[in-house]
Amino acid sequence: MPLKEIRIHGRGGQGAVTASEVLAVAAFYDGKYCQAFPSFGVERRGAPVEAFTRIADEPINIREHVYEPDYVILLDPTLLSSVDVARGVKDSGIIIINSNRPASEFRLNTKAKIETIDMTAAAMEIIGKPFVNIASLGAFAAITAEITLESVFKAIDQEFAHKKAVAELNKKAAEKLYKMFRG
Amino acid sequence: MAEKNTKKIEFTLGAVIREPGSTIKNKTGGWRAMRPVLDQSKCVRCGTCWMYCPEGAIKKDEKGNFVIDYDYCKGCGICANECPVKAIKMELEKK
Amino acid sequence: MPEIVVEASRAMALGVKLCKPKVIPMYPITPQTHIVEALAEMINNGELQAEMIHVESEHSACSALLGAQAAGVRTFSATSSQGLALMYEILPIISGNRMPCVMAVANRALSAPISIWNDHSDAVSARDQGWIQLWVESTQEAIDTTIQLYKICEDHSVLLPGMLCLDGFTLSHVYERAIVPEQEQVDAFLPEYKPYIKLDPEKPITMGPIAFPNSFMEFKKMQHEAMLQALKVIKNVHDEFAKQFGRAYGDGLLELYRMEDAEYALMGMGTLVGTARVVVDKLREEGQKVGLIKLRSLRPFPKGELINATKNLQGLTVIDRHISLGYEGPLFSDVRSALFESDIRINNFIAGLGGRDITQKHLRKALLSLKERREGGWLL
Repeated sequence: MPLKEIRIHGRGGQGAVTASEVLAVAAFYDGKYCQAFPSFGVERRGAPVEAFTRIADEPINIREHVYEPDYVILLDPTLLSSVDVARGVKDSGIIIINSNRPASEFRLNTKAKIETIDMTAAAMEIIGKPFVNIASLGAFAAITAEITLESVFKAIDQEFAHKKAVAELNKKAAEKLYKMFRG
Repeated sequence: MAEKNTKKIEFTLGAVIREPGSTIKNKTGGWRAMRPVLDQSKCVRCGTCWMYCPEGAIKKDEKGNFVIDYDYCKGCGICANECPVKAIKMELEKK
Repeated sequence: MPEIVVEASRAMALGVKLCKPKVIPMYPITPQTHIVEALAEMINNGELQAEMIHVESEHSACSALLGAQAAGVRTFSATSSQGLALMYEILPIISGNRMPCVMAVANRALSAPISIWNDHSDAVSARDQGWIQLWVESTQEAIDTTIQLYKICEDHSVLLPGMLCLDGFTLSHVYERAIVPEQEQVDAFLPEYKPYIKLDPEKPITMGPIAFPNSFMEFKKMQHEAMLQALKVIKNVHDEFAKQFGRAYGDGLLELYRMEDAEYALMGMGTLVGTARVVVDKLREEGQKVGLIKLRSLRPFPKGELINATKNLQGLTVIDRHISLGYEGPLFSDVRSALFESDIRINNFIAGLGGRDITQKHLRKALLSLKERREGGWLL
């Protein structure tokens, strides 16, 4: 597998950085090399945040920012009015948008494929709160097949080692989103 | 203290001085221009001079009298200034 | 040995924990704070038996570091940017007193304008203060080099303090795979700290006395000679580590990448080297004979090793993540001075100041500059 680069968009407090880390850990459990890092900004609640993950079969030496991601995860579609989430995405790439609207309604300046999935509904139903950052990885696993759901579960268990109940809820939400694509 | 000292300098790591109390070898009493003279008949043994002396040059003898160690007294005059009964007078050093 | 995905800051803390420091004076400053936060957590959990001293400034942190080390224990602290600048007064006192303190510097630009982001100006500016400076590229190297650094600094033929320099954010905030050595392995490699000299009421000594003009130079010369001796010790400790742990970083001083038949090469420190590896690989695929020199030890500077590594080169491009305002990149000055008697053409690019990303494009342009007869400059 050549190097795959993922950019996650969210707002400060929505957990985009944590999602990038859990994604990296999931890739690790799949036996891959990984790298996750935030956009090194000044963190403020509500401000647009970007976080990045790299996944590869070989050790990852590159340290530059991610400019041409293979995948984008948009946790909060309200960012579309202020952030160019399609920026640099490869033509062969996929942009995963948390929305209950069909992909055809999103007009983005890209040749990449757009997938929408209602992460918020799943999170509200299962977690009871609109926390979609971790659950989005279930959708990512189903849509891209770059990581396995099993490893996402392991990574969630590791992240929430001291909050077992939170881990279980996030796993359920991730699984629900996974099954929406791979029944 | 090596400038005037003809003694060979010991080049230890970090310039550490291994031998404790080496300043005793440097008799700084020679720097004195004014000499404190303690009048034992006026002294009330309060120990104020002993506490204030920045050089530790005032000692208590076996009789409980305070005595000035002229080997190290630099003649700063703090003792004379602090003495509550004016038992210490500063006199010009005769050399 | 467990392999984990870990933030480099936390990995640093895990590396430090394995070395069992007894006193950790700390003052928080981004992007270093995660390191000492993790150590505070370990102390609180009882995983690390150490005293953490919460001081009121970096100046005090550095002073407490000196005091604790003088009292005869292994110590650790960490800082960044203006925090290191505030420690400056104490840095040469620690080295002059020959105290083998170890400190991490999560490299960050010096203000103004205010920047919390990475460049090398903090530690490079402190280059002449008698601290060994080892610069790392990856999380694994940060852990491994921390363990090595204690052993290097504490070697009785060295007895100098050491800075472990890791790029702030660009490395400190990155999650990646790393192997955390087992405690028994580290114990077998790094013996318990035995101070060469310490403050002991039973055996009083004087530390930090005055040295008059008739002796000061000799003491400085001793420090300089210890630094030169450290070149050997860094290599030996690195080799011993490589043998025991199975991971090597060149010869410990320089790490050469695809230099065998290289005609042109890039040289730099820290994370930019990782991106440069990728650039070198791509240029090699295009048939360009290019290589890469990673400098691990800025002080002491491995002059002989550099001369050896570059003897078949036609051109060497030095990337500085710092500028000596009014002159040039300080690493470039060092390199050019070391290679003064060689015929190699050398040029210099200033890059990555205040968190500016150093991209493949930048490094490709820099690496081909001498071949294409272009001058150095700023990679903006």
